[in-house]
Amino acid sequence: MTYPENYRYTKEHEWIALEGDVGTIGITDFAQRELGDIILVDLPKAGAHLDEHQTMGTVESVKAVSEIYSPITGDVIEVNDSLASAPEKVNQDPHGAAWFVKVKVSNPAAADALMTADQYADYIQQKAGS
Amino acid sequence: MYVSIAATRATKHMRPYRGMWDLTHSFAYSNFGALMDAPLRRTALNSIHKNLKAKMVEFGGWEMPVEFSGLIDEHLNVRTRAGIFDVSHMGEIFINGPDATRLLQKVLSNNPGKLKHGQIQYSGLMTDQATFVDDLLCHRFSDDSYFLCVNASNAEKDFDWIHERASGFNCAVENRSPELSQVALQGPFSEAIFRPYTNIDLSKLRYYWFAEGDVMGEKAIVSRTGYTGEDGFEIYVRWDAGPAVFERILEDNAGCGLKPTGLGARDTLRLEAKMCLYGHEIDETTTPLEADLEWTVSWDKPAFDGRDVLRKQKELGIDRKLVGFEMVDRGIARHGYAVVQNGQQIGRVTSGTHSPYLKKAIGLAYVPVGLSALGTEIDILIREKSCRARVIETPFYKRKK
Repeated sequence: MTYPENYRYTKEHEWIALEGDVGTIGITDFAQRELGDIILVDLPKAGAHLDEHQTMGTVESVKAVSEIYSPITGDVIEVNDSLASAPEKVNQDPHGAAWFVKVKVSNPAAADALMTADQYADYIQQKAGS
Repeated sequence: MYVSIAATRATKHMRPYRGMWDLTHSFAYSNFGALMDAPLRRTALNSIHKNLKAKMVEFGGWEMPVEFSGLIDEHLNVRTRAGIFDVSHMGEIFINGPDATRLLQKVLSNNPGKLKHGQIQYSGLMTDQATFVDDLLCHRFSDDSYFLCVNASNAEKDFDWIHERASGFNCAVENRSPELSQVALQGPFSEAIFRPYTNIDLSKLRYYWFAEGDVMGEKAIVSRTGYTGEDGFEIYVRWDAGPAVFERILEDNAGCGLKPTGLGARDTLRLEAKMCLYGHEIDETTTPLEADLEWTVSWDKPAFDGRDVLRKQKELGIDRKLVGFEMVDRGIARHGYAVVQNGQQIGRVTSGTHSPYLKKAIGLAYVPVGLSALGTEIDILIREKSCRARVIETPFYKRKK
């Protein structure tokens, strides 16, 4: 699996794709593989305010629960409701159809501090080697 | 993303999880802790799992495969076809000698004296307080010869426990866990798959019976038992023979539905079948009566450790009871979550998961006896939110005979 070049990544394995001041957020392929079969995704509602590094929801697989942290500060403008009935999409297309929320981002430049695709690929490589 | 392992018991031995990556290293039920800092032990099949690209995790001090093709896929495959498991981490304790039966009568809740040669019985290894040192399968070879299959993380504890109590009994207690590999074949296709590899007549081997024989030229013990709720076999061979048994059966039968299956599916399979997991449903604080295991208590046999406490508990009645539940509200109640009433904790979830076969959230919990009737609604705290659940009949899944 390759990591899209135009996305930015967190150490906690979320990604964000920015178009102007709208950011789309999801979890990475590495994250979904670590979790295994995903059976439940809990997301914030439209209108919710997200703060960078704060919990924005949870993802549960059969064997584990994990919190999702917002990679950026902003307000939720759209939620991917399809994940409620089809959480397995996160396993199938984590960088595409299984996006979690779209956010109106307060300061798009803040995303520059996150990892690029190459940096993230190195980061998980190191993890795997450790 | 911050992963907390759903099914862990908060013990003082437990290290905090520091993010997602820890998942692969610490998929652990309660059965880990004391061995935390020791190097992980490996079964003889370790490199086979790695070659099959299994996700490896720590379990009870062992590095074990948690999943191969995916937990749900493996789970459903065992229900409909067959799965092969490496369970060589399990312990085997042999007891031989004229007083073997008398010793086992003393330390076990069930009655091994009732076993015919070649028969198997599920039993508790009891403390004086009638709580569980462990749960185990007791196999009887002959009048004075047995072997116990015990939990991986308890093998040494159990051996010490029985050995200490064996003074004055004319029998030898031997921990042969390091000498034996164990491969489990589980699922409706198991008999057909296994038949060509053994000289044991499997058609005559009934559920909870075992036989000694030959498996691929190796001396073996084959039990018709398992931890999945399906028909199947548990195959014990010498340590170094384990890899060949696993590999050849898998290679020959991958085309007809056999899949390598990890401990993740083993856990969801056993939970659907309501089989207890040590450290979850039972431990040194719970009794067989509370755990709904009175059928493992032999009231009419000679005195055994914990019997008087159990008799008293039977007479006075229990305060809490293990029940099965399904979630009414959305959410999954996991091990250790609180059962609450009016803001107070009144019970705890011992195991909980999404049931791959029933496609709903299920679990087991200790609740006050007054809330244990079928249909009773209970509240479980899931990440600070009170969620409704309903007491339902167990086992959640029962195979058709």
